[in-house]
Amino acid sequence: MRKSWWKILGVLLLVYTFIAGLLIEVPRNPQLEETIRNLFFHVCMWFGMMILFIVSFVRAIMYLRTSKPIHDIASRQYAGVGILFGLLGYLTGAIWMSYTWIDSNKSIFNSFDSIAREPKLIGAAIALLVYAAYLVLRDSIQDIDKRARISAVYNIFAFAMLFPSIWIIPRLLDSLHPGGSQGNPALDPGSASANMRLVFYPAIAGWTLIGVWIATLKIRMKIIHEQKLSQ
Amino acid sequence: MKKLIAILTFIFLTFFTNAQEVKMADAMKENGKIYVVIAVMLTILAGLILYLIRLDRKISRLEKNK
Repeated sequence: MRKSWWKILGVLLLVYTFIAGLLIEVPRNPQLEETIRNLFFHVCMWFGMMILFIVSFVRAIMYLRTSKPIHDIASRQYAGVGILFGLLGYLTGAIWMSYTWIDSNKSIFNSFDSIAREPKLIGAAIALLVYAAYLVLRDSIQDIDKRARISAVYNIFAFAMLFPSIWIIPRLLDSLHPGGSQGNPALDPGSASANMRLVFYPAIAGWTLIGVWIATLKIRMKIIHEQKLSQ
Repeated sequence: MKKLIAILTFIFLTFFTNAQEVKMADAMKENGKIYVVIAVMLTILAGLILYLIRLDRKISRLEKNK
């Protein structure tokens, strides 16, 4: 095992997140109640996804500048783990929403009608589908050099699509999420107390480090695989 | 006098209900049951991390053998 301080740090931060995340005093919000603690889990999936996509984007540019295959492999694997985090964010959001956003006066179907219009859901779905298309595009090209180059260029476009789909448009429209058109979701004092931030920031770092760990394992596996093929 | 008492009761009741409005897991923390949840979550986390460490070791062995 490659011993690295950041792997240990990531594990320690997550252990801290799990313990402190359930025990600290949180603001008493009549709609969220205890589910406000999902901030340390659901929201961190999205932050982790964004950071992993940024790494993937940087490695794609590095590939185009140097043409070294290692950057192509890294770019692909970071995008893969980023998509995994995004899917987990979507799934956990679906669970959270069905306890806090469902209108008990309406049928579940009618209630979902208003939730489905939520701009953050649509934006995140677009972003994830754009990245899913990246995987499809990559696997559809046989020639290795062409595949690496085209998918690196597409990765840059996919990253550019993150700006309107998750960073701009959901901030302009009214939203069920905190900080729709009024400010920063999860980062402004109105939605998370100072106490919560003591857990929230370490949680983001911890989840992201675990994502990076998984990605590096996949990269190393892919390198061994490629070496076996070329022998 | 009766009116005053009625108003005071009303004010008192509204305060009382306001204080009770937000349901939190206070009882759960008093019983200490929240620690059970933490234990379960930490076990799952430990399992996943051990899996990652084993995978990391295996890959390192493969890297050495090539």
